[in-house]
Amino acid sequence: MISRRDFLQAAMATSALYGASGFGNWARLSAQQALSQDQLLQFDTFGNVSLIHMTDIHAQLKPIYFREPSINLGVGENKGAVPHITGADFRKAYGIEDGSASAYALTHNDFTALAQTYGRMGGLDRIATVIKAIRADRPDAILLDGGDTWHGSYGCYHTQGQDVVNAMSLLKPDAMTFHWEFTLGTDRVLELIGEMGFPALGQNIFDKEWDEPAEDFEPYTWFERGGAKIAVLGQAFPYMPIANPGWMFSEYSFGIREERCQEMVDEARAAGADLVVLLSHNGFDVDKKMAAQVQGIDVILSGHTHDALPEPVLVGETIIVATGSNGKFVSRVDLDVQDGRMMGFRHKLIPIFSDVIEPDAEMAAQIDADRAPYAEALAEEIGTADGLLYRRGNFNGTWDDLICDALLQEREADIALSPGVRWGPSILPGQPITREDIWNVTSMSYPNAYRTEFTGEFLAVVLEDVADNLFHPDPYFQQGGDMVRTGGIGFQIDITKPQGSRITDLTLLKNGEKIDPAKSYVVAGWASVNEGTEGPPIWDVVENYIRRKGTVEVTPNTSVKVVGA
Amino acid sequence: MELTRRQTLLTAAGAAVAAVLPLRGYAAVEESVATFTGGVEPGSGGITLTAPEIAENGNTVPVEVSAPGAVAIAVFALGNPVPPVATFNFGPLAASQSASTRIRLAGTQEVVAVAKMADGSFVADRKEVKVTIGGCGG
Repeated sequence: MISRRDFLQAAMATSALYGASGFGNWARLSAQQALSQDQLLQFDTFGNVSLIHMTDIHAQLKPIYFREPSINLGVGENKGAVPHITGADFRKAYGIEDGSASAYALTHNDFTALAQTYGRMGGLDRIATVIKAIRADRPDAILLDGGDTWHGSYGCYHTQGQDVVNAMSLLKPDAMTFHWEFTLGTDRVLELIGEMGFPALGQNIFDKEWDEPAEDFEPYTWFERGGAKIAVLGQAFPYMPIANPGWMFSEYSFGIREERCQEMVDEARAAGADLVVLLSHNGFDVDKKMAAQVQGIDVILSGHTHDALPEPVLVGETIIVATGSNGKFVSRVDLDVQDGRMMGFRHKLIPIFSDVIEPDAEMAAQIDADRAPYAEALAEEIGTADGLLYRRGNFNGTWDDLICDALLQEREADIALSPGVRWGPSILPGQPITREDIWNVTSMSYPNAYRTEFTGEFLAVVLEDVADNLFHPDPYFQQGGDMVRTGGIGFQIDITKPQGSRITDLTLLKNGEKIDPAKSYVVAGWASVNEGTEGPPIWDVVENYIRRKGTVEVTPNTSVKVVGA
Repeated sequence: MELTRRQTLLTAAGAAVAAVLPLRGYAAVEESVATFTGGVEPGSGGITLTAPEIAENGNTVPVEVSAPGAVAIAVFALGNPVPPVATFNFGPLAASQSASTRIRLAGTQEVVAVAKMADGSFVADRKEVKVTIGGCGG
C-alpha cells in the first residue's frame, strides 16, 4: 500500500530524473549543434490529464533575447531557496552544464556569447507549434494562461491589447487570469474578455463597493478529462491597486483572500473535483505560502515573478510549476488522476528556442498582419549600446541604468527613479536598438515621465517602502517586483532589517554629499500610480536620449551596496 | 508618483507622525481593551478577524469579525490616535455573531478584535495591516 505522499515523492523523483535527463540531453545535443524540435518536444505521455501553462509573455509575440537575473535574493525562510538561486548555483542545483543551451535559457552568465550561439527565444508562432504538438499527443490538454499577456509592446499599446488577443485566440486557451491587463482600464478589459470566449478567472477579484465577488470573473471553472473532474481556480495579482494605478480599474478590489481560496477549494472538492489546480498570478513565494496554508490544491501554475524552474517545487502535497516569462518557455504537466487523487505527475519546462522550433504559419501570418500598420515605426533604428542591455536583477540592470541616465539628462534632474518591473527583453552589444525595443521595456498605459521635488526624508520613505515590498520576511507582504531603480544617488541596503532601517548612506552621486532629509531635490521618474501625472511619455524621453548619444555607453553600476544577502 | 512639494511635505510629515503614534497609542490601547474586558487577559481561538495584508486604501479598509457564540465583539486599531473602532453587540436572537465594516488606519499597524463570549470569557484575534504609499509592480 503506497500512501499518497509516497506516490507523490516517487513521482517527484521520476520527474526529477526525467527532467534532469531531459535537461542533460538538450545540453549535450546543443553542444553538438544538434538540438532539434523533436528532442525539445520529446515527452512520454503520462496519466490521463495534461496541463499546458504559459504566463507573463508581456505581449512578446516575436522571438527575443532575455537575460535571467544574476541577483534574485530570498529573505526569511526563502533565503537561498528556489527560485532565489542564480548563475552557477542554479546550474549546480539542476545539473546544468556551463555553456549549454539550458545554461543560456535559465542563467545569466556569458549571456552575450551564448545568445550568439543559441539565438533568440520565444515567439508566439513557435509556441503555437509546441501547443499543437502537445495536443497531437493529448488532444484534450488544458491550456492555461497565467496573465500579463495583454501588456508590454508597441503593438499591444496601440491596439489596446487587440493584437495579443487576436494571436492568443488562435491558441484557444481554456482559461486565464490577470494582472497588467487591468491597466487597459475596466471597460477595455471587459470588452476583451467578452471577445475571448473562455473563462476569465479570479477568486480574489471583488466588487469594491459591495465587497462581494465580482460578477465578471469566475472563481473557478470545470473540466472533465480522462474520466476526472478538474476544477481550475484563478488567482489574479493580489496587489493590483497598490502596485498599479487603482484609478484605472476602480470598480475592483483584490488581495490574497486566502480564506476565500480555501472556501472555493472546499466547494470544488465537495462538488466532486478529483483534481484542483490554481492558475495563479501571486508570484512564487506567495504561492509557496498559499500552498502550505490552503489545503487541497494539487497543482499551482505560478506566474508574476518570472521564475523559470526546470522542476516543480513540492510543498506538502502540492506541486508548484513556474514557467518563466516573455515567451521563453511553456510548461507541460501530465497527471495521473484516479479516485479523486493526483497519483503522480510528469513535467517538462519546454524551452522555446526560436531557431530550432518551426514557426506555425497561421500564427505567424496573424502576428504579421497586426504588425503591418506599424512596421515602419517598429523597425526604425534609434542607436546602439556598447554593452548588453538587460533589466532583471533585484537592484539594477543596464536597461534601467540607461533609462535613469535618460531621465537625469533629458529632464535635468538630480535624481531619477525607474520602477522595478521584471518584464522587458535584452539587447546584445552593438545590436541596433529599434523603436520596438525601446517600447518593449517601457510600454504601459501610464508612461508619463514626471519631474518633481522630493525632500531627502521623503526619498528615504519611498525607498524603504519599495524595499519592504520586496524584502518583507512574510511572502504575503511581497508584491513581486524588484527594487526601484535609482539614478544620481547611491545607498546601502541591509535586506535583513525591518522597514525604516534597511536603507543607509543615501548619497547624491554628483557631489558625493549625504542626502539631507530637510533639503529638496529634483526627481524625475515614470510609471506613477497617481492619476493626472504630467510629463512626456517615457519612450520619447529614452528615444531622444539614445538618438542624441548615437552609441550609449554601458558601465557597471556600483551605486547600491547590498548587506545581508 | 506625481507629487507637488506641498503634498510631498504633507505626506512625509504624515509618515513621520505615523511612525511615532504606535508608541504613544500603546497605553491608550491597553486601557481601551481593559475597559472592554474588565481587565481580563483574552484567550485565543473561537474568533476570526479577516483583514487585507496590505490595505488598498488606508482610508477605507474592509475588516470582518466572526466569533460564534459571542455576545459582543470590539475592534481596536492599535496605531490610530483613537484605538477603539467599533463594538458590535449580539442579542440572543442574532442569527450569526459576525460583522463587517470599513475602518480608517493611520498607518501600518495591528488591528485587534476581542470577543466577549456568553460565559463571560474573552478571546482575541489580531492581524497586521500594512498601509503603503504604493509602488512599482512587476
